[in-house]
Amino acid sequence: MTTTPLETAQTTQVYQLFIKASPERVWEAITSSELTQRYFHGAVFEGAPVVGRQWRSWTADRSQLLTDGEILEVEPPRRFVHGWRALYDEETALEAESRVTWELEPQEGGYTKLTVIHDRLEASPKTAAGVAGGWMFILSSLKTLVETGEPIIDFSKGESE
Amino acid sequence: MDDDAVFKALADPTRRHLLDRLFEQDGRTLGDLEGGLEMTRFGVMKHLRVLEDAGLVVTRRAGREKHHFLNPVPIRELHDRWIDKYTERRVTALLDLKAELEETA
Repeated sequence: MTTTPLETAQTTQVYQLFIKASPERVWEAITSSELTQRYFHGAVFEGAPVVGRQWRSWTADRSQLLTDGEILEVEPPRRFVHGWRALYDEETALEAESRVTWELEPQEGGYTKLTVIHDRLEASPKTAAGVAGGWMFILSSLKTLVETGEPIIDFSKGESE
Repeated sequence: MDDDAVFKALADPTRRHLLDRLFEQDGRTLGDLEGGLEMTRFGVMKHLRVLEDAGLVVTRRAGREKHHFLNPVPIRELHDRWIDKYTERRVTALLDLKAELEETA
């Protein structure tokens, strides 16, 4: 995948996709560490989402904190808003906290419209550039996992490719 | 995602122009998008509607303003489904050829 050059990375990024599953299933995939570990670059998110707490993710062996951010809104299975700091990279770790909003809307026919908005990136250009390609892969893999039971690459089994 | 709707949406120069404008600067309003086009507001709205129906554009309201965002997911899916499949083998063959030529050069 090509990386997005800094100057074209947007300060509000919107991704929308349809997933053939109920909002409850998609919500589980977003918030359960067992599932995030399989599609979110192996990241394990800590604990249940509760407003005011931190939404932290770690490597599988818990040796490294990957991301954190304050949990701002939790409304299962419709809306989840949390802060975002990319700590896995020395340069992005120094940037201001941005914000990620997950919106799940049930559609007629039993599927879900998932919209992910990553905004408040004005003060975080390196994070903005870094996540532009990242979200695409994560969301595609989330969709594949929820629909087929297998992600694109199963990070919990170690990277095979 | 409906491939037909995406291809149809992309098969129009005005709509491709609108996508390019959003690629340069995301989150534009209708008024802003209207600016670079010799077209009525209604015409631009109609094109935006086609893009939105195809999932290529997502709109968000902020107060009284409606902002338009490029949704890269359908283009990525189209790429994976329709481009990768046909170019992979040929590109690999060309790379092999390049390597061979460079070796003998």
